[in-house]
Amino acid sequence: MKVLVFIKRVVDYNVRVKVRPDGSGVDTGGVKMSINPFDEIALEEALQMREAGTADEVVVVSAGGNECQQQLRTGLAMGADRAIQIDTDKTLQPLSAARAFLALIEQQQPGLVLLGKQAIDDDNNQTGQMLAALWGRPQATNAAEIVINGNSALVTREVDAGLEVLDIDLPAVVTTDLRLNTPRFVKLPDIMKAKKKPLDVVALGELTSHDDTNLQIGQWSPPAQRSKGIMVDDVAGLVGELKNRGLL
Amino acid sequence: MSKILILAEHANGQLNQATAKCVTCAKAIGGEVHLAIFSNDGQAVAKQAAGLADVSKVLQIDHQDFSHPLAAQIAPELAAQADGYGYVLAPSTMFGKDVLPRAAALLGVNQVSDIMAVNSARSFKRPVYAGNAIVDVTVPADSLVVATVRTASWAAAGEGGSATIEQSAPQSDRPAHTRFVELRTEAGDRPDLQTANIVISGGRALGSAENFEMIYALARKLKAGVGASRAAVDAGYVPNDMQVGQTGKIISPELYFAFGISGAIQHVTGIKDAGTIIAVNKDADAPIFEIADIGLVGDLFQVIPELEQALS
Repeated sequence: MKVLVFIKRVVDYNVRVKVRPDGSGVDTGGVKMSINPFDEIALEEALQMREAGTADEVVVVSAGGNECQQQLRTGLAMGADRAIQIDTDKTLQPLSAARAFLALIEQQQPGLVLLGKQAIDDDNNQTGQMLAALWGRPQATNAAEIVINGNSALVTREVDAGLEVLDIDLPAVVTTDLRLNTPRFVKLPDIMKAKKKPLDVVALGELTSHDDTNLQIGQWSPPAQRSKGIMVDDVAGLVGELKNRGLL
Repeated sequence: MSKILILAEHANGQLNQATAKCVTCAKAIGGEVHLAIFSNDGQAVAKQAAGLADVSKVLQIDHQDFSHPLAAQIAPELAAQADGYGYVLAPSTMFGKDVLPRAAALLGVNQVSDIMAVNSARSFKRPVYAGNAIVDVTVPADSLVVATVRTASWAAAGEGGSATIEQSAPQSDRPAHTRFVELRTEAGDRPDLQTANIVISGGRALGSAENFEMIYALARKLKAGVGASRAAVDAGYVPNDMQVGQTGKIISPELYFAFGISGAIQHVTGIKDAGTIIAVNKDADAPIFEIADIGLVGDLFQVIPELEQALS
């Protein structure tokens, strides 16, 4: 089975982003960029499937300018067999990304598509579901466990009430959550080896001519800061205050 | 006037409160508010939905394939029902986040995720970068608005409504490729940390895994989720998945209790969207008091039992 993993280049999760004073966005100049952590979990899962023998090829894909080759190389160093860059200088909204990914899926014919439940920059949590919809295939979002059984998979999903288990036919789209696994560290020899692995570039326009951009991004602002509240002297004061506010 | 369709969330014959919060958001947008209920037998839920203030119509679409809230089944039908509407909303719960983008793609639009405020009928505020920035998103006049509503930002709509209930059969085909197997509820009956209305967290001051029992006991009383600071997780008192903060879970309960948590930035980032923060700490200078709505300087080993008793 071939597994396609979509990864996104995002500001590293350790970076504290700041909104620019003019409200035009967040400062990303000079900050560390990484694979979106949830996508890294998706890639780790694909690699574990290959190691377990359920997958035989892991292809890592990213959409963006040449700078995203850095994350694709990291993906190759983690162990992906080859990489594909969907070359575009545009910021793709989720439906545009899904449309491009679908075109690539039609070329690559994977048995499983993995990607993170959301990117930690725009926090949209849409692309996987949209891809599954356009593809007309099952989706299992927020996966905490994936068991491949031939032509189907049992996916345990994190839902509000607990854990939901779905039985889905393959091919399918599975989006990955934090608990699925812990991604491996990349070792130096692997980084050297990754340089020799194939990285193909395909122009976005070769995959789709459809422009699905329908949202206009306007002004950015910092979040409201919480202000200091009141102090109470004892538990009775606390309970009284909670009751006054209608919270108990 | 524009028509707004809200995807209702429900389980075990009960309408989820997140739905009523969407109604409040819809009211801020302005328009005729309808609710869509997908169920195998939605009569009880439809009745509750019809009683919500400001809802004028409830669409009750019953089919055995809607016995479980599966996106693959519900999304195509929601997209079919969306005909004639200017807006399709769903709560930004695990359910809404699963179903709505699938419907949005079928409707050919991007979704506005996590509306926290309405600027105008077509312009919304939403959080990005884990809430470290807020961005205005505008949907052009010729485009359908498909959006999830960040439940922590909205109060639930009241009752006293008397909407009409319209029953219908599904219009779309439902796929056979996705099958529900089971639902496992974790940690007994304890609500999920990320969506619980009330969350009680403990820090390193708890001192041991055994002492965390006090937190669990109070949580049972308040039907609350349980979280922990990174320090408590690192000390091995509780498992990883209970960590609240920048590197753990970012939560926005209506009520948040922090017991023995100093208030490191990494923890505060995870709770700054909570409705009301209550902090109990021995150290009067703990930074948690700078952001707490109600603070109490005291020993948690005395405060927790007292609180538990006061709530009995």
